[in-house]
Amino acid sequence: MQVYGVDINSRLLLGTAQYPSPAILGDAIQASGTEIVTVSLRREAGGGQHGQAFWTLIRDMGVRVLPNTAGCHTVKEAVTTAQMAREVFDTNWIKLEVIGDNDTLCPNVFDLVEAARLLSEDGFDVFPYTTEDLIVAEHLLQAGCKVLMPWGAPIGTGLGLNNVYGLRTMRAHFAGVPLIIDAGIGLPSHAAHAMELGFDAVLLNTAVAKAGDPVAMARAFAQAVEAGSMARSADPMEARDMASPSTPVLGKASLG
Amino acid sequence: MKIIVNGQSLDVTATLLDAALGELGYGEARVATALNGEFVPVPARASTNLGDGDRLEILAPMQGG
Repeated sequence: MQVYGVDINSRLLLGTAQYPSPAILGDAIQASGTEIVTVSLRREAGGGQHGQAFWTLIRDMGVRVLPNTAGCHTVKEAVTTAQMAREVFDTNWIKLEVIGDNDTLCPNVFDLVEAARLLSEDGFDVFPYTTEDLIVAEHLLQAGCKVLMPWGAPIGTGLGLNNVYGLRTMRAHFAGVPLIIDAGIGLPSHAAHAMELGFDAVLLNTAVAKAGDPVAMARAFAQAVEAGSMARSADPMEARDMASPSTPVLGKASLG
Repeated sequence: MKIIVNGQSLDVTATLLDAALGELGYGEARVATALNGEFVPVPARASTNLGDGDRLEILAPMQGG
């Protein structure tokens, strides 16, 4: 996969929040084989020592960071957060979230497109957290986005791919655009499904961080993503409604 | 002078942003700043004046999804 001119081998992007400890986070990142982790900016009391310790941990892992604008509800908030993230994390990459509803964390796609346009004009490489809506996707591309990140299901739900038809249509419609399923993934089978549908990668956090054994789950997701990607390349059989015997009928004994 | 730092009302004697950060213990910290909702990049901190009641956000790297 290539995003904004960068070759990425791993098809798994991992969030860094909600892990039981920094050590487990580090082990999970390593077990996942990811090359890109998401990070954020937040207020911190006490001179910024905790932030520095977290940054040191991530930097030492040798992975790329993708800062987010999580929690932003307006264009202004998102753009300002992105500007601050660019300075702190020293990257033009931004995972753009503009939330429209607190219950579903559904993106406000109108403000998302506007923020994407402003940030692209300002030199950012925007990774927009969006829905599977094709027209919104088209507008995001026109705004300057070179990658799209449709949700599988609302953030943190673990429901998997809620609208397979919509996602399949999106994949077909934007054949040459890197598409990353972002949010809603709960199980490795969900991730494998996304890859089988032809998506380029999956981004997840809670499914690993909140597992009983986050490190083992990170490894499971790595294998699922690889399996799904390999299956897609292997050209899966077409599904059919009626049964068809796999054992040859010709040569069957007459024993009745 | 009283300013609002990350939502909390604090007294600072410094009148410039970079000096106020040092006074608040963020002198060497890897943080980004916004004053009254506007991003203030590092090079601009030394020439950014603070006024009574200003809202200062100091953000640090954090875990995120």
